Amino acid sequence: MSDEDSRVSKSKIHGLWALTNRELKKWYKAPVVFILTLVQPVLWLGLLGNSLNMSSLFSSSSFTFPPALASQFTAEQLATLQQYISSLGNSVMQGVFGTTSYISFMAVGMIVFTALFTTMFSGMSVVWDRRLGFLNKALSTPVSRSAIILSKVLSATLRAMFQASIILLIAIPFGFTVGAAFTPLNILGVYAFLFLLCIGLSSLFIAINIRSRNNETPMAVMNLLNMPLTFASSAFFPISNMPSWLQAVASVNPLSYAIDGCRQLLINDTINYSNLLIQYAYVGIFALILASVGIVLSWRYLNK
Amino acid sequence: MSEIEDVIKVEGLTKVFNHSLTAVDHINFSVKRGEIFGFLGPNGAGKTTTINMLITVLKPTSGKAEILGKEIGKQANDVRYSIGVVPQEYTADEDLTGIENILLCADLYGIPRSIAKKRAQELLELVELTKFEDKKIQTYSGGMRRRLELACGLINRPKVLFLDEPTLGLDVQTRTATWNYIKTLKKEFGMTLFMTTHYLEEADSLCDRIAIIDHGKIVTIGTPNTLKDSLGGDIITLSIQKDTDITTLIKNVQHVKEVKLENGTYTIKTKSAEITAPLIIEALRKEGQVVTKLSLTKPTLNEVYLQYTGKSMRDAADENKESAMAQRAMMRRAH
Repeated sequence: MSDEDSRVSKSKIHGLWALTNRELKKWYKAPVVFILTLVQPVLWLGLLGNSLNMSSLFSSSSFTFPPALASQFTAEQLATLQQYISSLGNSVMQGVFGTTSYISFMAVGMIVFTALFTTMFSGMSVVWDRRLGFLNKALSTPVSRSAIILSKVLSATLRAMFQASIILLIAIPFGFTVGAAFTPLNILGVYAFLFLLCIGLSSLFIAINIRSRNNETPMAVMNLLNMPLTFASSAFFPISNMPSWLQAVASVNPLSYAIDGCRQLLINDTINYSNLLIQYAYVGIFALILASVGIVLSWRYLNK
Repeated sequence: MSEIEDVIKVEGLTKVFNHSLTAVDHINFSVKRGEIFGFLGPNGAGKTTTINMLITVLKPTSGKAEILGKEIGKQANDVRYSIGVVPQEYTADEDLTGIENILLCADLYGIPRSIAKKRAQELLELVELTKFEDKKIQTYSGGMRRRLELACGLINRPKVLFLDEPTLGLDVQTRTATWNYIKTLKKEFGMTLFMTTHYLEEADSLCDRIAIIDHGKIVTIGTPNTLKDSLGGDIITLSIQKDTDITTLIKNVQHVKEVKLENGTYTIKTKSAEITAPLIIEALRKEGQVVTKLSLTKPTLNEVYLQYTGKSMRDAADENKESAMAQRAMMRRAH
């Protein structure tokens, strides 16, 4: 009997993949949404990356010698002096940002920042699934409850990883340069960071959203989380230059660890492996804790 | 395998939310194999909560319910394989096509692709959506969406199909058509149907038995005819040519329960209008009275409903239509 056949073939992966694919299809099959997710990083890199361009601040073009000073040197001497100052600027950039190119610095911050947003929106889609009745419908089928939650986590993670690749590709024409320590294998390391981070973040956001019948409450909660997560991190500015209280916040922020790890892998000239290990461990533990708490909370809710 | 007569068996089923709100209060009923069972009640009476417990989405606080002999709490997964659900909402994904949506439903039951595709084609044909299977749901009309939900609910060949307001918000033609689809599908697959509706005429003509729930309790249960008969019978109204009071004359006719005269019209209560009316006419003819106007009224389910819930169904239906409209507006806004 065919009904019996279908029961035999049931597998957890089957349902998980179907639900994940549903999420992904809604994204890549909607051309407007898809294109916008690609345009967004261009805007960020183009606008923020260039308007906040720290490297130009430290370059010779951003200053002129006062006439009183200039008159004491020959043109040749002035040129040398300008060079010194420029290289001093470069070394400040190198020391503070770990690279002389702010675009490169920011692009890495951007990929993690995008991961935050993607997971946030994926969390919000749970509310829609509930309101539009899809969640109840899925719950009335034998699909495993954990697949319902994991599909959201997985689709957000895959999306964020795809978007990260696009951001890095788009950043190249804007002047993104990899560090001396970069090898193509490091890309996998970056994906590993994103994977862990997204699993943690989307579990958190799903747990926040799943109990809510409206979009307003979780939106407010997430907006509140979003600010400190983004700006009290090393996404756009290095932690070392923050006031100490902000440093304290930023240095527990898992985003900082993921960003710093990705920077080591992509744009820094040397990799500090013990730091890298700490960064992986931190993001990994963060993912593990939030995923277990988030999934347990959501699972309990779905089994109510 | 011996066939279980009571496909759905509910005993003392109770759901209490947050330890205080009793949505469903110790209800008992059973649904027989092949029956169309109607579940009626005002909004907030506990219909949705009951249906959600039966389809294993909510866990009961106490009491138990069995579907095909499997307990909804302990053997939830067995229950899930044997039931189909057509929810009140349009749950199909707007960005996906008809066929993609059906195949997604099939995946949720773990049905292998090859079987799923064959079944999907059959079902799309039955609900006459084959032509539109590759169109996105956004382009579907309300009636088409309902049919797609129906097809999705049948992908696992359920033995029991739960329909929650299957014709809500549809126009009369589409409603009739949708019911024709449902009846065809029921025959095709030999299912038992459990449905809620706000359209009492639909419930009357379709359901084999009806339960009315109010404030979490089942207030009455029976076939539409038993329920209507329980109101105390039919009403005969008649007028005569002459201006004489014949109240006592009518009262003496067999089966007549009550007679009232108002503005020259007699309102007569009786168990069965078909039997009593000829007797009255006969009695009047003997007295030389000529009947000028005569009408027989059978009580409708509306009267039954009002009798038990004390609320007008109109308000309830309108309220629900509003929420359905709000929902659709919401869905549009989501894009």
